Amino acid sequence: MKRCSACGEAEGVVDLTHIEGGEVKTVHLCAKCAAEKGIQTPAMTADTPLGGLLAALGGAATAAAAPVPEATCGTCGATLRDFRETGRVGCASCYDAFGEPLRELVRRLHGSAHHTGKPYRPPGVQPTDTAEPVPELKERLRQAIEREQFELAAQLRDKLKGQG
Amino acid sequence: MIDFNLLPDGGLGWLDASGPASHLVLSTRIRLARNLAGTRFNARMDRRDRDAVLGSVLAAAHRTESLSRAVTLRIDQLEPSDRQLLLERHLISRELAGIDDPTSGRNGRALLLQESSAVMVNEEDHLRLQVLASGVDFGPVFRRIERVDAELGQQLAFAFHPDLGYLTSCPTNVGTGLRASVLIHLPGLVLTKEISKTLHGLTKMGLTYRGLYGEGSEVVGNFFQLSNQTTLGKTEAELLGQLGAMVQHVISVEERARQVLLQDATTVVEDKCWRAFGLLRYARTLGFEETMNLLSGVRLGVSLKLIPNVGMYALNKLLVHAQPAHLGAMAGRELDPEEMSIRRAEFVRRTLEDEVRRGQVT
Repeated sequence: MKRCSACGEAEGVVDLTHIEGGEVKTVHLCAKCAAEKGIQTPAMTADTPLGGLLAALGGAATAAAAPVPEATCGTCGATLRDFRETGRVGCASCYDAFGEPLRELVRRLHGSAHHTGKPYRPPGVQPTDTAEPVPELKERLRQAIEREQFELAAQLRDKLKGQG
Repeated sequence: MIDFNLLPDGGLGWLDASGPASHLVLSTRIRLARNLAGTRFNARMDRRDRDAVLGSVLAAAHRTESLSRAVTLRIDQLEPSDRQLLLERHLISRELAGIDDPTSGRNGRALLLQESSAVMVNEEDHLRLQVLASGVDFGPVFRRIERVDAELGQQLAFAFHPDLGYLTSCPTNVGTGLRASVLIHLPGLVLTKEISKTLHGLTKMGLTYRGLYGEGSEVVGNFFQLSNQTTLGKTEAELLGQLGAMVQHVISVEERARQVLLQDATTVVEDKCWRAFGLLRYARTLGFEETMNLLSGVRLGVSLKLIPNVGMYALNKLLVHAQPAHLGAMAGRELDPEEMSIRRAEFVRRTLEDEVRRGQVT
């Protein structure tokens, strides 16, 4: 266990890397000392932008006077609150079950919510099974243009051409 | 204890300094995060789920070409010292090693290893495929990992969403599931105080940096791990292209910083490198961080051709073997901190002595 470099008492939970006199130095800080130095310490803030975004996710719902029913995944039973606390989804279906709040988080993390990388066809599935229907493609193309996501729009246009 | 003779190259082939720009870049790694369709993800899995995932992966791997001869290590059945050894060799992640994790008792954790291809099972995701190579070389590494991915993906149904791509436990990995990283030595930029500017430029490009052991680890010995931050919205080729271009840029500014240092502060640089060499060559006790920082000085000296008769491979091996679990394994028992620093100094001294002797003969 690494002790906090500042107070030496509690366990260090944050590695703070900084550059001092041309040397890269890392100090370990406990949550209390880190907070005194103005560093946030929710689970992942130190490593990824996820921590800060998770804190914001669904915050409005908890502050509201009338509690909003929590989004729950019908497949694994995970709730949006579970996700907010751990930063991990419970199963593949959570990505749809948590709807727009999760999509918005993904958008903020990656600057996009659309996979443009390698397509994948699970074993035993015929090519036509996974092809997106033309009307949906057209709708996504319209939305992409509206949102000025031109790179995505070009890809959707090519997809449409391929299916036409 | 683990028998590393079972592993190809002892799992250390990536240390051999044979790859492009290996005087600056220790290694290139690409990993792909994959999950099985129809199975709960790590956060909500029980023992049965994890055993089932491991069973399916082992059966599938057996039917592929790239993993049919893989050595399988049941990480969940290894002693902590052995898990630490694998972590120090960069063969498994902190998460899989379960060193400082309260859930380290998680069952079904395994590592499959065949040549430079590895698959971690029941990590944060069901599968983490990874390929590690010496120097900076994304092309061959990507082709190899793509093959492992394609072969396994034909045997197992991966969780894939038409809009979001490959689905992962953490949304930071969703999409391609691809994280590429290089471990690069940047003493020139640190000494010329240019490092913060360079790292800031990196983060503006959607890339990120970490210490020697990835997420949450410290920067030691002026080694930085540069990697892509985002995994969605760009193709695999775009992600690798962007990181590759940035790595080339960082290499060029590091080379420039070294030339500036050599021209403007020749004696200072020479002194720094040789002092580091002198300490490593003769010290009787050495701490871990101290060793890493001194090795950085020697590495700089060797790469600037100031220090003759010492090879990068020997320095790379020291980076791994001077770590606590490796020293403990060599001693055949657990060492207290004082013994550890004595053993470390002995080992470093002997390695450098052998290296210099060999260098003078050839």
